[in-house]
Amino acid sequence: MKKKMIFSEFFRNNGLGMGSLLIALVGFWLIFLIVLPQLSMLDYSFRFNLPPAEQGGPKDFYTLSNYEHLLYGSDQTHQTYNSVDLMVFVRTIIAAMLVTLFNIVLCYPLAYFLGQSKGSGFVRLLVVLLIIPYWINEILRAFALRIIFGESGLLNEALMFMHLIREPIDFIRQDIALYAGLGYAYILLMLFPMYNVIESLDRNQIEAARDMGASWIQIHRRIVIPHAKPGIVSGATMVFMLTAGALAAPQILGGPSSLWFTQLVYQWFNDSLNWQQGAAYAIVLLASTIVIVLTVMRIFKVNMGDIGK
Amino acid sequence: MSSGVAVDLENLWIRFGDFVAVRDANVAINGGDFFSFLGPSGCGKTTILRSVSGFLEPSEGTVRIGGRDMAGIGPNKRPTALIFQNLALFPLMKVWENISFSMEVAGVSAGERRKRADELLDMIALEGQGDKMPSELSGGQKQRVAIARALCANPDVLLLDEPLSALDLKLRQHMRTELREIQQRVGITFIYITHDQGEALTMSDNVAVMKGGVIDQIDTGHDIYDHPATPFVASFVGETNVFRGKISRIDGNQALISTNRSGDLLARITPTQVGKMSVGDDAMMFIRPEALQLGEADASAKTTISAGTVNEEFEGNSFSVFLEGDGGKSIKMSVPNVGQDNISVRGKDLSLHYDANNAIMMPAGELASD
Repeated sequence: MKKKMIFSEFFRNNGLGMGSLLIALVGFWLIFLIVLPQLSMLDYSFRFNLPPAEQGGPKDFYTLSNYEHLLYGSDQTHQTYNSVDLMVFVRTIIAAMLVTLFNIVLCYPLAYFLGQSKGSGFVRLLVVLLIIPYWINEILRAFALRIIFGESGLLNEALMFMHLIREPIDFIRQDIALYAGLGYAYILLMLFPMYNVIESLDRNQIEAARDMGASWIQIHRRIVIPHAKPGIVSGATMVFMLTAGALAAPQILGGPSSLWFTQLVYQWFNDSLNWQQGAAYAIVLLASTIVIVLTVMRIFKVNMGDIGK
Repeated sequence: MSSGVAVDLENLWIRFGDFVAVRDANVAINGGDFFSFLGPSGCGKTTILRSVSGFLEPSEGTVRIGGRDMAGIGPNKRPTALIFQNLALFPLMKVWENISFSMEVAGVSAGERRKRADELLDMIALEGQGDKMPSELSGGQKQRVAIARALCANPDVLLLDEPLSALDLKLRQHMRTELREIQQRVGITFIYITHDQGEALTMSDNVAVMKGGVIDQIDTGHDIYDHPATPFVASFVGETNVFRGKISRIDGNQALISTNRSGDLLARITPTQVGKMSVGDDAMMFIRPEALQLGEADASAKTTISAGTVNEEFEGNSFSVFLEGDGGKSIKMSVPNVGQDNISVRGKDLSLHYDANNAIMMPAGELASD
C-alpha cells in the first residue's frame, strides 16, 4: 500500500518516461552490479575446477568439496582440520574486530570535538585535512606507511633520535605496521558517520545533563553515546567489513608469516587459478562477516533503518 | 515565602570580546520570589541567566546565591536547575528516567528514583505516564516533565529560559497559571527569562526590564506598567502613544509639554524624574490606548487631543481604533467591547481626552523599536 503510493508519486513527479528510465537504471544496478555477480560467485563455489572441455559434462555437478577444503584441507578422510587456513580465517576476523574497536576509540573524541564545535572555520579546515590523504591511492598509502615503519624509516629514526630505543624495532615483522595500515585505511568511514550523528545532538542536552550534576563520563555514557549509537554502528559495520576484506594493506604491510584471509582468496584466484575454491573462501568470509554484523546490531539494539540514515 | 534562597548580582559585567552583553547589572532577588527578566531578543537576559546557572563566568562582578559567591563553581555544583527554551528532554530516555536523571547521576538506586519520579509525575498531573517516551507527550506535557525534571534535584533556584515560547496561545496562558502555582507550592526562587511582557506581568513578583545589556528598571509588574522609568520601558511594556515635545511648564509632579503637532498636553511626571526635569527639556509623554476616552475635556485642562478615525480592528475583548491626529500623528485608542454594535467613534473631527494622572512625562530617550 505504502510502496504503491511512493511509486505513483515518483511517476507523478518525474513523468512516465523519465520515471521508467530511472527505475530501469536502479534495476540495472541492483541486478547486474549486485545480485548477478554474487550469484555467479555462489554458483562457482559449488562447482569443481574443471578444464574447459569437461565443463557442462558429466563431471560438472554441484559439490560441497570447495567448502570441505577450507575445513579439512586435502585430507579426503576428514580426519584432520585445515588448521592453517582456519587459523588465518579466525585471525582475520578477530583482527578486523580489533581494528574496528581501535577505530571507534580513536574516532570518538575527534568526532565529538568536530561535531560539537560546529561551524568554525578551523573545523572545516580540519575536515579537509583529514580527507586529503584519501585522495591518494590506497596502495600508495600502504607503501608510504611501509616507509614510515621501515627498519630505517621515519618512526625508528625519530625514536632513536629521542633515545627512546637503541635498536630499530621491526614494526613490519611484529604486524604493527599491518594493524596501523588497516586501522588507517578506512578510518574516515568510521569518523564521518560518527561526526554526523554527534553534530545533530542538541547541545542543550549536554548542558541540561551537566546542570543536573552529571560528570563528563556520565554525560557521554547516558547522552552522547546513546545518541551517536547508529553512527557508531554504521561506521563499525563498514570498517569491519572492509577491513576483513582488505587486500592492499595486508599484501604490502603484512609480515612474512602473517596471512590475511583475503590473501588466500587472492591466491586461489590468481596463483592457483582455482576460481571455484576462491569463490567458496570468499563466500565463507562474506557470510561470516554478515552474521557477525547482524549479531552485533542485535546486541546493541540497532536496526538497519538507523544505519541507512 | 521567605523560605527561598536569595540571588544577588553585583556590578555584573559580561563581555564577549569587544561586545558588552551585560553592563553593570545590580539585582537583588528576594528568596522565594518569582523574578522575571524582560527584554527584546539580544538584550542580555539569557546571558544573565547563564551566569547564574554557571555556564558562563561573568567578566566582572559577583553572582551570589544564598549569600555564597558562585565564582568558580560549575553548573553541576550550583543549587540551581535550568529549564531550557527547547526543554532539552532526553529523547532516548523514558519520562521517569528523564525526571530522575539528577538522582541517577548522583548514584541513587533505581527503585528510589522511580518512587520520586512517580511523586513528581503526580504533582504535574501526569500520573502513570512515566514509562512513555518524551516523543509520545504533547507540548504541554513535555513542558511539565521539564519542570518536574528540574525540581527533582531540589534546587534552591529554578531558572527558566523562555520555556513557554514554543507553545500555542491557549496553552501558554494555561501554563502561566500553572507555573505560578507550582512556584508558590514549592516556595523556591524562580528566575524567568522572557520577551513576552504578558508572561512577565502575570507571573512575576518583580520584573527587570532590559535593553542592550542594561537593566532599565526593576519593579513590580504593576509599577512597571503604570510608572515606567524610561521611554524604553514605557514603550516596550504594553502599548502606548508617544508625544514628543519640550517642557513648557512644571507644576509639582505635573508638567506641560508643547508638542509639535498636538498642542500643549498635561501629564504626570514619572516618579523617578520628579524634581529632575526643567522647562525647555526635550521630553516624551506616554498615554496608553486604554487611557484615552472619547469626548472633550475642559479646555483649560490641556488634556484634549483632536483626531479622526482611520481604521479599527476588532480584538475580541476590545476594539482597537487607529486615529490620525493633527499633522498626521497616529494615535491608537482601545475601547472595551461591552456588547455595543458599533463603537461610535467613527468620524472626522473627534476629540479625545484623558486624565492627566494616566499620562506620563519623562525626559526624551530611546524607544523600543517594534
